[in-house]
Amino acid sequence: MTVQASKSELTLGPVLFNWQPDVWRDFYFRIADEAPVETVYLGEVVCFKRAPLFDDDREAVAARLKAAGKTVVRSTLAEVMSKQERQMIEDVCAGDGLVEANDGSALLRLRGRPHYAGPFINVYNERTLTVLAGNGVRNVCLPPEMPAEAIRALAADAAKLGVSLEVQVFGRVGLALSARCYHARAHGRTKDSCQFVCNEDADGMTLRTLEGQPFLTVNGIQTMSHDYLNLAAELPELQDMGVARYRLSPHSRDMVAVAAIFRDALDGRIDAAEAGSRLDAFNLGAPFSNGFYRGRRGHSFTPAATN
Amino acid sequence: MSDVQGLTRPELVCPAGTPAALRTAVDAGADAVYCGLQNETNARNFPGLNFTVAEVEQSLRYAHARNAKLLLAVNTFPPAGKFAMWRDAIDGAARLGVDAVIVADMGVADYAAQTYPDLRLHLSVQAGASSPEAIRFYCEQFGVKRVVLPRMLTVAEIADLHREIPCEIEAFIFGNIGMMAEGRCYLSNYVTGESTNMDGVCSPAADVHYEEDAARNLTTRLGDYVIDRFAGGESAGYPTICKGRYLCGARNDAYYAFEEPVSLNLSALLPELMRAGVTALKIEGRQRSRAYVKSVVGAFRKAVDDIMAGREAAFASLLALTEGRRETEGAFPSKRWR
Repeated sequence: MTVQASKSELTLGPVLFNWQPDVWRDFYFRIADEAPVETVYLGEVVCFKRAPLFDDDREAVAARLKAAGKTVVRSTLAEVMSKQERQMIEDVCAGDGLVEANDGSALLRLRGRPHYAGPFINVYNERTLTVLAGNGVRNVCLPPEMPAEAIRALAADAAKLGVSLEVQVFGRVGLALSARCYHARAHGRTKDSCQFVCNEDADGMTLRTLEGQPFLTVNGIQTMSHDYLNLAAELPELQDMGVARYRLSPHSRDMVAVAAIFRDALDGRIDAAEAGSRLDAFNLGAPFSNGFYRGRRGHSFTPAATN
Repeated sequence: MSDVQGLTRPELVCPAGTPAALRTAVDAGADAVYCGLQNETNARNFPGLNFTVAEVEQSLRYAHARNAKLLLAVNTFPPAGKFAMWRDAIDGAARLGVDAVIVADMGVADYAAQTYPDLRLHLSVQAGASSPEAIRFYCEQFGVKRVVLPRMLTVAEIADLHREIPCEIEAFIFGNIGMMAEGRCYLSNYVTGESTNMDGVCSPAADVHYEEDAARNLTTRLGDYVIDRFAGGESAGYPTICKGRYLCGARNDAYYAFEEPVSLNLSALLPELMRAGVTALKIEGRQRSRAYVKSVVGAFRKAVDDIMAGREAAFASLLALTEGRRETEGAFPSKRWR
């Protein structure tokens, strides 16, 4: 399908979970064929052990996305320590395509050529943005805890520096990384002996409090929110600030439909209430949140004021 | 200075939450003390803690008169629109002549490097630089002279790292161990609305609640969430999200999903760390009492001196000071910890 002409681009972040390779491939094929997104981020961000599982399909997926007119950006690992992890960064950065850096080692390797900075790079202020722009950064996906007032302040400088800003608007939010794998730990294993147990949970493993209240989501070494970020109601404000790109973080639900909802909302064809009720129909099994954006507790959700 | 075993005497870097604690640490044998200002510019922005600019100035005189260094932590991430507070902190540090500032944010590092080329920069653990390339990025970009390593590397990995980077290494050896990669954790903000990165706050006291039932079981809560529950008489820990007990579908009982409430204690690994090329040994605990600082700094002062003199080092007194009297060597001995 053709994409509506609009200043606001819709993007699909990297799949953060460990899906079966055929599910992963078919997911991207359908995104290529049907989803109204302009940019697709591709690559293993959470765990280097998962990356080889997708080696057979990665080039085919990238080719299909490009053939469908999508911009494909390779995302790098967020946590880099070991020789294998460092090698992964070197390999991804050696390609000639666009790369989104998610740690300092990728920032070093990409310096001097156009590249992107991902949400795992701490870009909180104008001076950091200036440094990275000087190194070749052209797009920054902001850390998810950035409040609206800081995004607005940063957007003014980003425009002057020729850097586009990107904000995650849908999906569980990455809250922390660790050297330890908590999926393996839950199953009495370690990262080395994990047997890829994270592939049992397509949207992560729910942690509940001792009262049984759903709280967090475990995804390998990553800890995520239980709730799903939903900034549909904030899109007009973000557009007014000058944010150029809007990121959907993939889940096992119908992401083509999710993308269509956000496309409609970005283009003003539906309002926040309509977007909200259409998203509600997915029965995500978890509430929405927008607290970080509102400068409140991150897990909280404040519905849009009704006019 | 090297001794016969080929060891270089490491710098003992000690915490100071108050001017009194700073004097205590210096008197107990600290080679360097680190502290922060009374605002969001440092990662221990707790009520009743930290220094005014005048106190930094007085403390600097006290430390320098006793051959100790003072390092100022300006190691949080200024959100856009609020950079001035961090700029002022760097200006103050340069004007007073502190021995180094500990920075995490690229913008703050750049401001310091561009404005005060002679101001020595240490890279905070909050920058999360865990590979030679990431560390080189900060060295080349901002002239960083020392990196404080994340608490996720083994001693063998630190030794390898030492050979590949152009700056000194500072490693944590004792104190509270956070389970999440530093500078990349929004858990506190998720639950309380106070950000570790932007506000320098983790698990703020205002959001902590203790509830005791009729059977004297104690439930600890942070914001809207239960973090742990303790049977009557069991010693209850402060509710920190990454040290709580939770439930998940893969297990029948509550478990410490991230880590048990233990403290880091690398005293037994000190000689190995020194051989691995670590320049500075860091003790955590700016929120701790003067008595704690005196005991821990004193014990490590003696241990380092013993090791340098080829004597066996003794550490029994430190165990009583670790959190919940339980300790760990964390990631440092082997990869099995991960």
